[in-house]
Amino acid sequence: MIDKYDAIVIGAGHNGLVCSALLAKAGKNVLVLEANDQVGGAAITREFADGYSVSACAHLLYKMQPQVEKDLNLNINLASDNLSTIVLSEVGEHVTYCGNKVTGVNESDQKNFAEFFKRMTRFSDLLNTYLNKPPPRLGTKNKKDLFTLAMLGFDLRRMGKVEMREFLRLIGMNIYDELDERFESPLLKGGLSLDSVLGTHLGPRSPNTILTYLFRMAGKHGTLSTPKGGMGSVTKAMSDSAKAAGVEIITNAKVKKVIIEKGTATGVELNDGTIYNSEIVVSNADPKKTMLELVGARNVETRFTHRIDNIRMKGNAAKLHIALNKLPTIKGFSESDYSQRILIAPDENYVERAFNSAKYGESSPLPVLEITFPSIKDSSLAPSGCHVMSAVVQYAPYQQKSDWNEEARTNFKNDIFSVLKQHMPDIENCCLSSEILTPLDLEKEFHITGGHWHHGELTLDQFMFVRPVAGSAQYQMPIDGLYLCGAGSHPGGGISGASGRNAAQVILKREKR
Amino acid sequence: MKKYDAIVVGAGHNGLANAAFLAKAGMDVLCVEKNDYIGGAAVSRELYQDWKYSNCSYVCSLLRPEIYRNLELHKHGLQITPYGGSVQFMENGDYFGSYHDPEAAHREMARHSKHDADAYTRYSTDTMRQCRLIRNFLLRTAPDPTSFKPRDIKELMLLGNKFLELGEDRLYEAIRFWTMSVADYLGEYFETDVIKTALSGSGIIGTALGIHSPGTAYVLLHHYMGDVDGNVGSWGFARGGMGAVSNALAGALQSYGGEIRSESGVDQIIVKNNRVQGVALESGEEIYAPVVVSNMDVKRTFLNCMDEKDLPASFYNRIKNFKIRGSSGKLNIALDGMPTFPALPPGSELIGHADMHFIDSMERMERAYDDWKDGTWSKDPYIDCTIPSAVDPTMTPPGKHFMSCFVQYCPAQIEGRAWTSEERDAFTKSVIDQISNYSPDFKDLILHVETRTPQDIEDQIGITEGNIFHGELTMDQLLFNRPVPGYAQYRAPVNGLYMCGSSTHPGGGVMAAPGANAAREILYDLKLKNTVPENFGDD
Repeated sequence: MIDKYDAIVIGAGHNGLVCSALLAKAGKNVLVLEANDQVGGAAITREFADGYSVSACAHLLYKMQPQVEKDLNLNINLASDNLSTIVLSEVGEHVTYCGNKVTGVNESDQKNFAEFFKRMTRFSDLLNTYLNKPPPRLGTKNKKDLFTLAMLGFDLRRMGKVEMREFLRLIGMNIYDELDERFESPLLKGGLSLDSVLGTHLGPRSPNTILTYLFRMAGKHGTLSTPKGGMGSVTKAMSDSAKAAGVEIITNAKVKKVIIEKGTATGVELNDGTIYNSEIVVSNADPKKTMLELVGARNVETRFTHRIDNIRMKGNAAKLHIALNKLPTIKGFSESDYSQRILIAPDENYVERAFNSAKYGESSPLPVLEITFPSIKDSSLAPSGCHVMSAVVQYAPYQQKSDWNEEARTNFKNDIFSVLKQHMPDIENCCLSSEILTPLDLEKEFHITGGHWHHGELTLDQFMFVRPVAGSAQYQMPIDGLYLCGAGSHPGGGISGASGRNAAQVILKREKR
Repeated sequence: MKKYDAIVVGAGHNGLANAAFLAKAGMDVLCVEKNDYIGGAAVSRELYQDWKYSNCSYVCSLLRPEIYRNLELHKHGLQITPYGGSVQFMENGDYFGSYHDPEAAHREMARHSKHDADAYTRYSTDTMRQCRLIRNFLLRTAPDPTSFKPRDIKELMLLGNKFLELGEDRLYEAIRFWTMSVADYLGEYFETDVIKTALSGSGIIGTALGIHSPGTAYVLLHHYMGDVDGNVGSWGFARGGMGAVSNALAGALQSYGGEIRSESGVDQIIVKNNRVQGVALESGEEIYAPVVVSNMDVKRTFLNCMDEKDLPASFYNRIKNFKIRGSSGKLNIALDGMPTFPALPPGSELIGHADMHFIDSMERMERAYDDWKDGTWSKDPYIDCTIPSAVDPTMTPPGKHFMSCFVQYCPAQIEGRAWTSEERDAFTKSVIDQISNYSPDFKDLILHVETRTPQDIEDQIGITEGNIFHGELTMDQLLFNRPVPGYAQYRAPVNGLYMCGSSTHPGGGVMAAPGANAAREILYDLKLKNTVPENFGDD
């Protein structure tokens, strides 16, 4: 141990690990402090019942940046790759889509889907370029900012008149109208609606849901995979890479506060009183936790605090884990279908109605689900012959009217099971034990304010130039030496490592000056 | 048969303003109207003996002062009477009033929450700043961002500069304001439900969106960006009802030599070789002109009055998918006297002089929208209720009153089929019952009720789905996207055919800006002298 580090990273989530590894590779002495007893943040594998493990929060990989994998020499072992998405039909006539192909729908829907996919991937590629670099500042005379903005304008124009117009029309629009215009199949529209609203406080009719869809597609065009050993193995690989580069990682080290002297960050203090000094403090925690708890309002200008306080980050996605003695029966399913990504979202209005409840602080009586059985391709997760189900369930608002008391939790669980039973009649017989994590639980376990997996709602008013808040989209906080590197900063959530990588670039540039 | 220089289809306020500017430039203009009265949705109609009903639009503020002055509308009898504030009646028997007088407004707000009373100053400064920004763009043609024409580039730079002038910090605020929901926006300032509710109404009036839908903060501006007598954001009644606005515009048009023909509905816009020839009336008569301007909404213009083969397929398809949704209805009521509202203190200046609302929580506001999404009218609606006769004695016999109730949400169709008469009655009842909850003598004073669902408005005035803005005000249909990308400069894809209704930039409200802007583009194409004011920042 040394008494002064070049940089301290608070939180060993995937972005914190990526950031620390990149800093260490550039020759810095880096210390990572993690509150929990294992690294990974919300990307971990954990046992929830005797012998049964799942990816406890994030459970699918679809945004991992190739550049991050390369920079960190990550060799992620995939259990399954290029998963199809199957939208369940009660009568067994499911709709399946993967890439630009869709089956279970009529010919015109198939043709339109290919067209839709082509356009969306094209727009998401444009978006992706700007997700992987720090956003420019607006309204300044800085040459580099102006250049980036000019490039953005140029890239837009380069798409051609028709596509540029379409981009400008769609970027603020809702997915519902676009789907309605294009497709007939309710299941296809339901599935794509769910894709657009996963992890948000939006319904398919809410404007802005095209943006969330594009964000999902950015990078890998929505190609889904699951890592061998669950999500924890991804962050394990990241932490191995970080350690190999010389990063020191201490777990069970909960940071109490960032030490600030004369407006400059000088280090951190742990709950047990230990103090670590460093000129650079990087927080992988969400912006609210960082600025309001670890830094404290008294150290920041009021207007800035006000903005941080106003960040919308109340989660709506709950996580359901079930230990199964056998796979449940699903009508019309072949063996290989079980290992795909399975959605319960019968139509776009169903998804919208599920969202209605969330607006009033109630959980959806008819929730939408994203289901996987990761143990099929990865036997390490469950005892032989048995299986686990890992599902994202929406909507379960963080601020539930009854504060998620026992009754509310039981009711919600019953609601979920009755929806599941419509498609998997024997699910209750297969279920050995189950666990439900509401956003409140996710907040407790992963220390994410509001339990929001994007660390802040992904809407245009909290995106790019204004993420996390106006005037601080370039990772640097208004305290000298303090940076953000989590999903709360640009570009946002998903296991991509983009925020961590962008932040590391900014920090290293500072060193040069 | 006389040949005109231009024919304007529809004598709504935009059509009349457009025709007036063209006539002022020396063109021989004919404005044709399908109804036997002019004004479109800005009318005063005697639907009950001796009562004048502003039976569609009911208040005036957005009408651009530059147009008012330029066409000398005061000479043609237009007079705007400013009116008070608003009141929110609460379920617990209390009320929340808002007043024109800042001192009274602050005191009343502080009665509900001191915090919010203080926040209001900040709120109103911030919102007015956005207002001032957008006011710059109202009387200008939106640039085409994909074009390399010098005119577009110049305009785009101008637009960009207006944003840059804000400075870095305020620029970010503008981005946020233009994209967020009215509920979130208000949540950043206020903590009291009833105060937020009172302010949120302006974010959804006329739209098929809820207060939680992103993009609704912007809609606030469509109710704040007007002014009466130089007071930005204030509202007024047109003396004699909204028909006075149309009559004044018609007076101006006629004073420049323009003609108006009512009961002359257009059946078809005649096109030959991608060039407009004139119009064919429903009577079979054909009138010719090298320029035809449509004041109708774009769906009606291109889908009903034109041949699909005369239009580019992509354009036709976009128009077909143009969002113009019936989301609001109207009740016009003749009253035997002024109803009492026991929640208000005796002698309160709010009685009859304010917008009255009978909904007091954000949850109720949003639930009203949920009903609409399910294809039915709001069982507990948001009503914007005014009694213009309280300040304008010309509307009713002495001692009697006219009440206008704008009701949201109200779909064009019930679950995809036409309204039945039972459903109309139930809709009427839900409105009257909600008001009666706060006014015990209201029901007994009712002499006559006219109920208008979006379908009725479409049938009478011709606006598709009775949408008051001629098209949703969402980002995908604003500025250079309005009505559809690539055709935001008032020119239709047929030579000589133009659009001047609220489907075009800057959108609806009795503003007359689309009509004026379209006239400027027409005069530009004809190389005639511009008669249209092009203000830049009167603030």
